[in-house]
Amino acid sequence: MSDSSSAAPSPAQMAQQPRPKTPIEVTGAQSLVLSLEAMDVDTVFGIPGGAILPAYDPLLDSVKVRHILVRHEQGAGHAAEGYAAASGKVGVCMATSGPGATNLVTAIADAHMDSVPIVAITGQVNSSSIGSDAFQEADIRGITMPITKHNYLVTNAADIPRVIAEAFHIASTGRPGPVLVDISKDALQARTTFSWPPRIELPGYRPVLRPHSKQIREAAKLIAAAKQPILYVGGGVIRSRASEELRRFVELTQIPVVTTLMARGALPDSHPLHLGMPGMHGSVPAVTGLQKADLIICVGARFDDRVTGQLSTFAPDALVIHADIDPAEISKNRKADVPIVGDAKAVLADLAEAVDNDMEAGHGGDYDAWRTRTAGWKDMFPLGWSEPEEGQAPLSPQYVIERLGAIAGPDAVYAAGVGQHQMWAAQFISYERPNAWLNSGGAGTMGYAVPAAMGAKVAQPDRVVWAIDGDGCFQMTNQELATCTINDIPIKVAVINNSSLGMVRQWQTLFYNERYSNTDLHTSADGERVPDFVKLADAYGAVGLRCERPEDVDDVIRKAMEINDRPVVIDFVVHRDAMVWPMVPAGVSNDLIQVAKDTAPQWDREESEAIEQAEDADHSGASADQTTTTAGK
Amino acid sequence: MTTSSTHTLSVLVENKPGVLARIASLFSRRGFNISSLAVGETEHPEVSRMTVVVDVEDLPLEQVTKQLNKLVEVLKVVELEPGSSVQRQVMLIKVRADAGTRSQVLEMVQMFRAKVVDVATESLTIEATGNTEKLRALLDVLEPYGVKELVQSGMVAIGRGPRSITDRALTKVS
Repeated sequence: MSDSSSAAPSPAQMAQQPRPKTPIEVTGAQSLVLSLEAMDVDTVFGIPGGAILPAYDPLLDSVKVRHILVRHEQGAGHAAEGYAAASGKVGVCMATSGPGATNLVTAIADAHMDSVPIVAITGQVNSSSIGSDAFQEADIRGITMPITKHNYLVTNAADIPRVIAEAFHIASTGRPGPVLVDISKDALQARTTFSWPPRIELPGYRPVLRPHSKQIREAAKLIAAAKQPILYVGGGVIRSRASEELRRFVELTQIPVVTTLMARGALPDSHPLHLGMPGMHGSVPAVTGLQKADLIICVGARFDDRVTGQLSTFAPDALVIHADIDPAEISKNRKADVPIVGDAKAVLADLAEAVDNDMEAGHGGDYDAWRTRTAGWKDMFPLGWSEPEEGQAPLSPQYVIERLGAIAGPDAVYAAGVGQHQMWAAQFISYERPNAWLNSGGAGTMGYAVPAAMGAKVAQPDRVVWAIDGDGCFQMTNQELATCTINDIPIKVAVINNSSLGMVRQWQTLFYNERYSNTDLHTSADGERVPDFVKLADAYGAVGLRCERPEDVDDVIRKAMEINDRPVVIDFVVHRDAMVWPMVPAGVSNDLIQVAKDTAPQWDREESEAIEQAEDADHSGASADQTTTTAGK
Repeated sequence: MTTSSTHTLSVLVENKPGVLARIASLFSRRGFNISSLAVGETEHPEVSRMTVVVDVEDLPLEQVTKQLNKLVEVLKVVELEPGSSVQRQVMLIKVRADAGTRSQVLEMVQMFRAKVVDVATESLTIEATGNTEKLRALLDVLEPYGVKELVQSGMVAIGRGPRSITDRALTKVS
């Protein structure tokens, strides 16, 4: 059905009709909104301005697309990320030319590092003015070339439907990522025609999804021959929605698992084979499991420096099976013995089938001894913290976060900022499902939490959404509380307020002789509250609560859980000397993991026993050179 | 076992605005060194071909090609081995040559099968085509006379034999 009569229909009218196969006459701006509707976009986060103004007029009439007016474009970008990360759908943000567009850059870079599918739409000055340093002109296509999966400059209105369709296709398929579409103002204003679906022309874009069967067989061989295999699971498993396939593979093979910062929740933390998070602040069993493994099965992870530590000493005895949808990740940092290019879901399903066949033919691997040993490490080295000393603020940040996770439960969504509170939130909340944990992993963007939580809450209004933020991070993007209050997006924010840029302060404590250069934020220490977060929350129309004693933590969290008509901010005033442990200092081998300051794990007696048990069970000759040095005092 | 050496890559790309910037910026941000770059349309006007000479070790070269292949507008990346391809560069050299030295310079030009494209009383401008080694040798013999100005194109290269990489790339496309 088509209506090619004189007056262009409004998007609202269009929405009532089936999609037009025959072209209808519209403006470029209408074509943009119709294209977004055709892509089933229900939410756009953005701020209007000169060059994008034509697009905002038909947007007003759209009954399908809800535009949420944010207070800073960076907030729009992170909200689109939070929306995408919580729901798996493509997030959309919109901004005007020049500074509007450049304010999106941090969020776009963040989405690029963490493979988040978002589409950013920016206005550009008139095509005849491009290159003339016109008012609010910035070459946003050039600026974002290194931080987008792909980007477009559209100066011809007729290209809009095709480009939007391509942008969503590229953002959401293969290895997901951000796509930017920059549209000149004259293209938005021009008369054009709209028809759907457009013809997608992407001859150079062919992501490989199905793994090669020969590589799967090679991998299965290594798995059967291994004595100490470990699954190193990354964010790719979350993005590919492969948790079910992962669980089946783990249960079939009984191989221990570590989940990276980006993959928390890919396998339930409560699973007995889950060893925790690897890396600089990973658990001792996870870090040690990788170091001692003879086979690493890496799925959807990229051997990031925060996971491997000093690369040359990472997992020295391990063969590597590396499966990723992006061929460029394979053998980029660590050489793969069996490379597998494919989607994590398909890879895990095919691997499970191959291993199952081997097992039925009597060629299954035997990892009993290894499993006993890794399970022993979990008992020996549970995560923990030391309580504050006399005279310090009595509240431990780790306790707050642990209670928050226990009370809000596994169905909630948790979005963290970047720093100590992020690591504690990764460690002390038990993630039982994928997409429950949102954070800025690769880029480490302070200020991610509040807008990302806002985006997640819009995508999943029925879930409780907590932003776990630091006092530093919170001050970078808390203006979006206004957006939340006005648009009925009742997120909850736990500010872990240690009055410091805590992670930087931790490094100053450990590596700079406790010289605290520019890390004091004056947000709680010595009674200073600049700003007072409770008053700030109040000013934004949110509920502000404060908690300073361990005995009040549960009550204040429960109180926040009961408020659903407004955002809530809890100012948790915690002691500032709490540190994130375990820790592998930067640039050294993961063998030098410390469980507390200057304290290496004490292996000697328990580990020798574990080894003896292992050798009794299986004469695999597990190495007995478990002596670890206790550094410093 | 990695060896540092130059590699010649033929990169087929969609002939669209901005694609050269995209590829050049990829090389620079990933820390790959371009020693020569030449771009032009192919027999298919919608496809451009870039010949890129990079100076990297084997393992990073694999990263170069993988990263290039990730670009949406890149259709195909082929490494051309010197033994199985023809590689050519054009060089224009303005060399000092007066009545006393002109005949000697012309002799060199003939020996290298180069051409004189412009003559003045005090100079000759020579056009030479060849691979890097031949052009380097020509330059060496002209140097003593005084090279006043030198300009060279990027390397272009094509595989020997009947097979065409553009044909194969395009059948994949359509």
